Amino acid sequence: MVAVTPETGQDRALADAFEAAVAADERVEPRDWMPEEYRASLVRQMAQHAHSEIIGMQPEANWITRAPSLRRKAILMAKVQDEAGHGLYLYSAAETLGTSRDELLDKLHAGRQKYSSIFNYPTLTWADVGAIGWLVDGAAITNQVPLCRTSYGPYARAMVRICKEESFHQRQGYELLLALSQGTEAQHAMAQDAVDRWWWPSLMMFGPPDDESAHSAQSMAWRIKRHSNDELRQRFVDIAVPQAETLGLTLPDPDIKWNEERGHYDFGAIDWAEFWDVLKGNGPCNEQRLSQRRRAHEEGAWVREAAAAHAEKQAQAHVQHEEARV
Amino acid sequence: MTATETTHATPAGPSAVPAAALALGDDALVLSHRLGEWAGHAPVLEEEVALANIALDLLGQARVLLSMAGDEDELAFLREERSFRNLQLVEQPNGDFAHTIARQLYFSLYQHLLWTELAAGQGPFAPLAAKAVKETAYHVDHAVQWTVRLGDGTEESTRRMRAGLDALWKYTGEMFRPVEGVDVDGAALEQRWLAELDDVLSRARLDPPEGPRTGAWRAGAGREGLHTEPFGRMLAEMQHLHRSHPGASW
Amino acid sequence: MTQNWPLWEVFVRSRRGLSHTHAGSLHAPDAEMALRNARDLYTRRNEGVSIWVVPSAQITASSPDERDPFFAPSADKPYRHPTFYEIPEGVRHL
Repeated sequence: MVAVTPETGQDRALADAFEAAVAADERVEPRDWMPEEYRASLVRQMAQHAHSEIIGMQPEANWITRAPSLRRKAILMAKVQDEAGHGLYLYSAAETLGTSRDELLDKLHAGRQKYSSIFNYPTLTWADVGAIGWLVDGAAITNQVPLCRTSYGPYARAMVRICKEESFHQRQGYELLLALSQGTEAQHAMAQDAVDRWWWPSLMMFGPPDDESAHSAQSMAWRIKRHSNDELRQRFVDIAVPQAETLGLTLPDPDIKWNEERGHYDFGAIDWAEFWDVLKGNGPCNEQRLSQRRRAHEEGAWVREAAAAHAEKQAQAHVQHEEARV
Repeated sequence: MTATETTHATPAGPSAVPAAALALGDDALVLSHRLGEWAGHAPVLEEEVALANIALDLLGQARVLLSMAGDEDELAFLREERSFRNLQLVEQPNGDFAHTIARQLYFSLYQHLLWTELAAGQGPFAPLAAKAVKETAYHVDHAVQWTVRLGDGTEESTRRMRAGLDALWKYTGEMFRPVEGVDVDGAALEQRWLAELDDVLSRARLDPPEGPRTGAWRAGAGREGLHTEPFGRMLAEMQHLHRSHPGASW
Repeated sequence: MTQNWPLWEVFVRSRRGLSHTHAGSLHAPDAEMALRNARDLYTRRNEGVSIWVVPSAQITASSPDERDPFFAPSADKPYRHPTFYEIPEGVRHL
């Protein structure tokens, strides 16, 4: 893997060719020359995305054993399984940039790479499973659909697969909430409570406002990102407001109002202090999520070692067998 | 909950099909639940996907079977512990990965033989069995692959695999007790099961476990509604939400 | 560590009559497990009827640096394509 800072004339030419290709919407493929910062930026974003998928299994897996009907249990199991699969696609895509899954997991476990802060919130009731599907997956899809056209080929291809599979995630969440909203009084209250707790954190998923976002401008120029945080957030609000009406649930923001002039819904100010605080590790579940992840990894070490040892023995036996034949 | 009251092996009457569906359905339901507990805890991501696939296959089988006996959700969520007819083997807690694999090996070898037998017949389970036999063949394969790798892996994995197989051995005899409405020859099934197990264990360089193959206090206990202590806790978790909202739909 | 579990490339035939296409990659300790993991991961929505797995390390790829010598020379030989030839209107089966 060659990664050069464009100092010499030849490198300058490579960098120009790269910028031109990206600007022309061509895809960058693993063995192409790319600026070191582009590579680092991609690894960071893909790792964070992959980590979010596998940490994101936890709040939902929390309800697999308590799902209230067998149909819901099957749906939830399949959904959590998809998240493992999505993490896997993304780690594989990141590996094409010369890193390894082990390295990325080590960084996650050491707290040196982030995952989406949304998963540091707890799932307190069954309705939270629905709210995650509708709002959290809804926000994620809004973010992810443009990534299907991101400039790095393996990332874009992973995202195509992921988006295709995710479409059931959001629908099942919406359907789950609708059943609760139209169910008994207690069920309706459960659904409203979940939406009240998940709405604001979902809006925070799009990241800080454009003028405070550290990596946004460069990522946009390289077409890793294709829309700004605020643009996507607005798109999500515009979609969610009428969906909430159909659900018969209210969104916990008195400032939500259609703005004829802008052609968008206005909404209230986000509490960014909470966002930064959760990001720093002070959310309700940061420690719990990370320690469960570490524990699963550590407790699985002997299994991974055993399979590797067995493969090694088989390979040796094969060599000996071949030698004996010669 | 009509079917659950018939516990004793009487000549196959009209209630025989529901009773049998309940026994086989409870096996699938309970094991699926136990496998579902692995979500987020598996030793490697690839195995998260594999275990969930098996759990989903079993849950699918459970839903078909329970629906043959009544309303699937009523049966799953509103029966008391003593009315469940599953084998004690499938309700055993997951333990470590080797323990789970040992449980998978014992049960899926049995279930595969059972579905093969039922698929070949003309009975009420034949259509389901024809589909389930393919799923279960894969479950057997998964368990065999891991038994061989853990058995013939590192010192630690051999010790753990050995411990898992030993600990669950006493629950394996129950699988071959006759179940009213399930038209198979238990003794013949058992002979084939032992032969297949022997084959797998020798590939894994493990000796077959020793000791009695039925629990000390009652043979065929799970099928008669006698379960082990961890099962009550499992049900408490599984049923509490459904039971907290009587009559609600989800 | 999965460091001892090599990376495998997965190719899936989506239905009979089509060739295997690259679906993605995964880690596995050996070929047998790679095949099974691939089945669980890449065909759980009924996407395939046949799977190949290849150790990623075994793939020899052309280098992007050689792109021009490798591929440019074939760009100026339009006579290899049927659209190069003009056929009078009305001639059929050609």
